[in-house]
Amino acid sequence: MANVAAAEETPADHRESDSAVVRFAGDSGDGMQLTGSQFTLATALAGQDLTTFPDFPAEIRAPAGTTFGVSAFQINFGARNIMTAGDLVDVLVVMNPAALKTNIEDLKPHGVLILDVGAFTDRNLQKAGYEANPLEGSDLDDHYRVVKIDMSRLTLEAVKEHGLSQKEALRSKNMWALGLVYWMYGRKRKATTDWLNAKFAKRADIAGANIAALDAGHAFGETAEMPAEVGIVDIGVAKIEPGVYRTVTGTETIAWGLAAGAELAGLQMLFCSYPITPASAILHTLAGMKDHNIVTFQAEDEIAAACAAIGVSYAGSLGVTSSSGPGIALKGEAIGLAIGTELPLVIVNTQRAGPSTGLPTKTEQSDLYLAVFGRNADAPLPVLSISSPTDGFDMTIEAVRIATKYMTPVILLSDGYIANASEPWLIPDFDKYEPFPVEFRTDPEGFLPFGRDDTTLARPWVKPGTPNLTHRIGGIERNPQGTISYDPDNHQLMTDLRHQKIAGIANDIPEQKVDQGTEGGKIAVVGWGSTFGPISRAVYDLRSEGLDVSHIHLNYIWPLPRNLGELLGSYEHVLVPEMNTGQLLTLLRSQYVIPAKGLNKVNGKPFKIDEIVNAIRDLPGSK
Amino acid sequence: MNVQTPPEKLTAKDFASDQEVRWCPGCGDYAILKGVQRTLADIGATPENTVFISGIGCASRFPYYMETYGFHTIHGRAPAIATGVKLANPDLDIWVVSGDGDALSIGGNHTLHMLRRNVDLQFLLFNNEVYGLTKGQYSPTSRTGMRSPTTPTGSTDSPVNPCQFALGSGARFVARSADVNQKQMPGILTRAKDHKGTSFVEILQNCIVYNDGVWDSLTDKALKADSQIHVEHGQPLLYGKENDKGLRLKNDGSFDLEIVTLGENGVTEADILVHNETNRTLAMLLAGLRAPSFPTAMGVLYCNPAPAHDEHILGLVAEAQSDGKVASLNDTLRKGHSWTVD
Repeated sequence: MANVAAAEETPADHRESDSAVVRFAGDSGDGMQLTGSQFTLATALAGQDLTTFPDFPAEIRAPAGTTFGVSAFQINFGARNIMTAGDLVDVLVVMNPAALKTNIEDLKPHGVLILDVGAFTDRNLQKAGYEANPLEGSDLDDHYRVVKIDMSRLTLEAVKEHGLSQKEALRSKNMWALGLVYWMYGRKRKATTDWLNAKFAKRADIAGANIAALDAGHAFGETAEMPAEVGIVDIGVAKIEPGVYRTVTGTETIAWGLAAGAELAGLQMLFCSYPITPASAILHTLAGMKDHNIVTFQAEDEIAAACAAIGVSYAGSLGVTSSSGPGIALKGEAIGLAIGTELPLVIVNTQRAGPSTGLPTKTEQSDLYLAVFGRNADAPLPVLSISSPTDGFDMTIEAVRIATKYMTPVILLSDGYIANASEPWLIPDFDKYEPFPVEFRTDPEGFLPFGRDDTTLARPWVKPGTPNLTHRIGGIERNPQGTISYDPDNHQLMTDLRHQKIAGIANDIPEQKVDQGTEGGKIAVVGWGSTFGPISRAVYDLRSEGLDVSHIHLNYIWPLPRNLGELLGSYEHVLVPEMNTGQLLTLLRSQYVIPAKGLNKVNGKPFKIDEIVNAIRDLPGSK
Repeated sequence: MNVQTPPEKLTAKDFASDQEVRWCPGCGDYAILKGVQRTLADIGATPENTVFISGIGCASRFPYYMETYGFHTIHGRAPAIATGVKLANPDLDIWVVSGDGDALSIGGNHTLHMLRRNVDLQFLLFNNEVYGLTKGQYSPTSRTGMRSPTTPTGSTDSPVNPCQFALGSGARFVARSADVNQKQMPGILTRAKDHKGTSFVEILQNCIVYNDGVWDSLTDKALKADSQIHVEHGQPLLYGKENDKGLRLKNDGSFDLEIVTLGENGVTEADILVHNETNRTLAMLLAGLRAPSFPTAMGVLYCNPAPAHDEHILGLVAEAQSDGKVASLNDTLRKGHSWTVD
C-alpha cells in the first residue's frame, strides 16, 4: 500500500495574486519544518520564486503545547522576484493554541487563519496561557478570515484504514493541513507522495496514512463550503533565468562551496569541527560527502577543531573549521597561530544571537567585530560575508582562493537565517569554474620559510615530507629566515608585513558595485549578510516611487573594497541596516570618517521590508 | 630494475639543527634531546618524513633543535594539531613533545582524546613536576605540599600520575623512562616508534632551576638499582643490586603488589609475577608504584596494539570512493529534486 498515487485535478474557480506568504505554526512535535520544506519543494516545482524562514525553538522536544515549544515555517512565493520571507502573513495555519498565541500578530488584517479546533482543548489553552478560549467570542472573526476545522478528528478518520495507534495517526495531521494549503495554491502532490513513500519505505502503513491525510486535506478544500474569499489562489509562474534549479539552504551551498574550492585549489579538504547550533549542519552535510574525498573530523572541542585544521594545512591539505560565535571565540588563540605561522585556514562562522549562549536558534549578525578585530595583538585576516543561501557557493570558493593564495586564515561569515533559509538556485556548471591550483615549494635553492612572493607577500607553502626543505615554524616571532627572533626591529618588520599582506588583498577582490540604483546620489543603503533581501526589496519599492536611493551590499568586509570610500562619499546620506548594534557602521565610520547612520535590530528575526522602508523615509534625503 | 644505492647512514648529529639550544645549563632536556637524536639515527629515520610538534613550555622548544620538520604550536594543543597533520598525511612520522603542564593541565582534554582515538604518533611527556618557563609554579604532577610562588604554604592538590592517566584514557602503548637513563631510552623510544597508534612515553626529567633533585631518590647512581624496576615482557618482575627483589600479588585479596626477596620465607623465582605488557590491569598496578615504598617502574608498561585513528577515518573515505574515483561535484549539485526553467 506504500505507493499510493495522489490524483491531480485542475482547480476550477480562482483568484489571482502575484505573491503570497504562508506560515505553518505548531508544536515542535507537529512536523512544521517538514511541512514547510515540502511546500517549498512543491512551490519551486510550480515555477515560482520563493524564500523561506524556518523558525524553531532551541529545545529539541520542548514540553508539548507550550509557547516556547512552537515551531514555525514561513514561505514567501510568487510570480515576481521574491527577496525575503515576507513581512506579514497572508495565510497562517496554526495547529494548537500556543501557535496561535505566538504567531497571530504577524497575520495581515483580514488574512486567512486556519485553525485545528481539535487541538483547542482546555489543557492546551491552559498550557498556552489563555484564560479564555480565543475561538469563543468574535475577536478573531472581527480581524481575520477564520477557518475553524477539526483537523485532528478529520485526520483520524482519513487514516483509519491504515490501522495506526491514535498517537501515530495524529502525527499525519501536518499532512492534512499541507493538503488543504496545496489545494488553495493549486500545488501538485506527487513530489510529496514520492517523498513520503521513500521516507517511510519500511513502514507502508505510515506512508499510506500520511498520503491519505494529504489527500483528505486536499479533498476537504475541494468539497467543503469555505468562507467567502477563502479559495483557490492562482499565482503565476515567475520570470526566472532559464536553467536547472534546485532549492538550497546556506548550509548546503557553504558545504558544496568548500568541496568546490578544495577541488579548484587541487587540495584534499579536511573539515574539523565541533557541534554547535546553527553551524553543525555543515559538518553533517560534509560527513556524507566522503565520496568527494572529503575527510571530516569531529574534534573534542572548538579549540581542537581549529588546531586540527591548522595541522591539516601545515601538512599541505586544506584545513577548514566551522562554528558559531561562542565557538569562534574559543578558536581565537589558534587563529592567531595560523596568522603568525601564515598557514591557510578557512573558518566558517554561522552567527547566532548572543552574547554567550544567547539565542542559539535565532539569527543575528553581531560577530563582525569578532571576525575583524577579535584576537590578541595585531592579527589581521580577511573576512568575507555571504548575503543569501544562493550566494554561499561562490563566496565560499572565494574564501578558499584567498586563504591558499595569501597563506592566511580567512573568516567566512554566514548566519542562522542564511544557514536554514532556502531559495531556488540556478545550479552552476562547476566544470566552467577557473581552477586556482596551489603550488607547493619543492626547490631548496634560496628557500626561506618566511620569504615572500613579490606581489601577494605570501610565504612559500612546503609540505612536510619534501626532501631538503626541513624547517621549523611556530608561534614565536620569527625573522624572514624562519628563525626565532626577539629583535624589536624584526617584530616591527614582521607586523608591518602581515598587515600589508592582508591590506593588499583589496587589489585582488572586485571593486564594490551598486546592487541597485546609481553611483552617487541622495541615499545609499549599505548592508552585509542576510539583510540583502529586505534591503533589496525596500530599495526596489522606493525607487519605484521615484526616490533617489541605492543599495550597496558588501561581500568583502576586510579588507574593504578599494573603491568603497569614494563610492560612499558620493551619496548625501548613508544608512546601514544591521542585525546588531552597529558594527559595520563603526567600521565604515572609522575607515572613511563619514556620518553614516545605523538601523539596528536584534530581536532574533530578519528585518521586515517595512522597517527598512520607514527608516529610509525618515532620512532627510528622502524629503 | 633500478639499482638502489643505500642512503648514507645518518648520525645523531645529522638530526641536530643549527639552532643554539637555549635550555638552562644542566637541564635534563639536553640528555633527552641527545637520546632522541641518537634513536632517530639508529632506526634510520629520514629527516623529511619526521615531524616534531610541540605545545608551550620548556620541553616544547624541542622541535627547534631537530633537523626535521617542526611545528612549535600553542599551549596544550599539540595533540590536536598533530591529529590534523596525521589525517592529512599518514605517511609522516610524528613525535609530539610536551611537558606535565602542557599535556596534563591546559592540554589535558586533548591528551585524553588523542589517547582514546589512538592517533598514530609518539607522545613524549617530559615530567619535571613543575612549571619551568613561567618560573616555578606547581604543576598537575607536583606532589601535595610543594611550595611554589603560587603555593607559598604548600600545594593542597593531589597530583595526577601520567602513566595511569594514559592507561585510563585508553592508551595502547605506555612506557616510562628518565632523562639520565641514557642506556635504556633509545630502546624504549624505538619500541614507541615501532608501535602503530599513540605511544605514550613519560620521561622523568630534572628541572635544575625550579625543582632540582626531584627524581634524585630514584636516579641517584647508588640508589637506582633498588629504586627502579625495569620491566620487560615475559620476564619476571625482579630488581635490586643483586636482582633478588621481586614483585608479586598480595595474597590478601587486595589486588595490591608486594615486594618479596628471593630466598627469604621460601620465595623462589616461580613466586614472582612475570611481566605481561598486554595486561592493562598489571600495567595500571606497575604505573602506580610510588617511591619510597616501591621501586618506580621503567620500560614498556603496556603495549597492546589496536587500529589507529587515521586507519579508521581514512579507511571510511577510501571505502566511499568506488574504484578509487572521486565523485563529481556537478553530479552532487544535481542530486535530489531539481527542475528546469526553459
